[in-house]
Amino acid sequence: MVNTQISKPDDNGWVELNMGPQHPSTHGVLRLKVKLDGEIVKEIEPVIGYLHRNAEKICELDYYCDSLIYFDRMDYVGAMNMEVGYLEAAEKLLGIPPPERAQWIRVVMAELNRIAAHLVWAGAYGLDLGMLTPFFYCFVEREKVLRIFTEVCGSRQETNYMSIGGVYQDFNDKIIHDILEFTEQFPKKLEDIFSSFVKNDIFIARTKGIGILEPEVALDYGVTGPMLRASGVEYDVRKAEPYLVYDKINFDIPVSYRKDNLARFLVRFEEMRQSIKIINQAVKKIPDGPYFNPKAKKSLMIRLRGEGEVYARTESSKGEFSVYLVGDGGVKPYRLRVRSPSLKNLSILPYLAKDTMIADLVAISGTLDLVFGEVDR
Amino acid sequence: MKTGDGGVLTTTLEKALEWGRSNSLWPLTFGLACCAIEMMAIQAADLDISRFGSEIFRNSPRQSDLMIVSGTVTKKMAPRLRRLYDEMPYPKYVIAMGVCVIQGGPYNQGYSVVMGVDKVVPVDVYVPGCPPTPEALTNGIILLQKKIRNETDR
Repeated sequence: MVNTQISKPDDNGWVELNMGPQHPSTHGVLRLKVKLDGEIVKEIEPVIGYLHRNAEKICELDYYCDSLIYFDRMDYVGAMNMEVGYLEAAEKLLGIPPPERAQWIRVVMAELNRIAAHLVWAGAYGLDLGMLTPFFYCFVEREKVLRIFTEVCGSRQETNYMSIGGVYQDFNDKIIHDILEFTEQFPKKLEDIFSSFVKNDIFIARTKGIGILEPEVALDYGVTGPMLRASGVEYDVRKAEPYLVYDKINFDIPVSYRKDNLARFLVRFEEMRQSIKIINQAVKKIPDGPYFNPKAKKSLMIRLRGEGEVYARTESSKGEFSVYLVGDGGVKPYRLRVRSPSLKNLSILPYLAKDTMIADLVAISGTLDLVFGEVDR
Repeated sequence: MKTGDGGVLTTTLEKALEWGRSNSLWPLTFGLACCAIEMMAIQAADLDISRFGSEIFRNSPRQSDLMIVSGTVTKKMAPRLRRLYDEMPYPKYVIAMGVCVIQGGPYNQGYSVVMGVDKVVPVDVYVPGCPPTPEALTNGIILLQKKIRNETDR
């Protein structure tokens, strides 16, 4: 059972406090064992594994095409990005590249989902800091993205839209019209949400100068994504090692040199603006042609065999998401391993929150953007 | 309930209590996995759950009547879930949201997942789906309200 009783002070005069796994601001089932000296946090030990669903092992029991649903449920707010990550590896192993049209469609969907994921983060971060209003605005915008997803693939959140060799459903004119309609009205709404955060003095007081992450430390711990870019390191897999058609699209990597909580907030909002830029370009550039590689027939998908080992990396909304896949010539993978960005980002928390006030612990752990389907897998 | 002459409403005490309970179900903020995001969505502006009297998600189990088990329950989490359920005051209700919670769902081949939360706590309403849409969960809450209103009739 969980020990929720406050223990007696130890030799240093520190008190151990248990936070989670049921806690409104641990974003799921994170449990933190915190040692406190008065109100100052001295030591933190994250306890993970409350959502361990052994997805990697189940993927090894399934056909290559069936494993996709477990990737949807890893980073469950950014399912499209996970699908892109898995298919980069699986298609390399099986030798079935997606046609050009499918690649552009994937870029559009992945960027739409990146916006949705960041909106969920922003809303939840507002709740962490006691701001209820941005939550509603963020979720209204997110619903608009999910409505597009429902129209394209029939599912809201766990989309299962992409497939080995392409995508399941083609885009039609109405979908493209809906996406353009969304990208036209979204920037103004985004600025409203943005100003509801930054014009709030309490928000600024709780983020500015708190949770300083030095770039050297971030690189040592393997932190990636917006966390790393907020420390001033210009690293994005979409630029460093372009996959799909990201090298044909003009966009910037948002970087902040502030290194604190506010920097991570600003980087994520700038990423949403860049995503809109990418979608606007990509929608217009989608070429005609097949959306599905004829080599991968839908009815014969379970007979695909792969041999060798591949490692593919992609940029999800949390950071660098990579998949390592080994095939032994059979219809099922021999080994599948996931490098999840949330787990690496969580490892920085004991360093970040050391010697801060306990109230700041929530403000810091919120900026990590943890999703526990991905941490525990 | 009966309406008498002169605008007088007569009812039994049980009926009045049930009516009150069913229209102020306060859920516990208890997100486990993917379904938790859809549970957050019913709270948001589009599908406002406060229309049905459940607007306040309480963070403490001692102030809530309804536990929405949203997401896969692992063997490590099950004792904690049971403890939270025990801390809730009577009368308390449980909604099992999503197929993972109902019977293990896509993870039922695994070793670490509890095959159905009804092995841990008694469940009132099952909402299938992976994840269920917010509309489905709203329907689940309406079903639970109907169940509460008919408790003495059964």
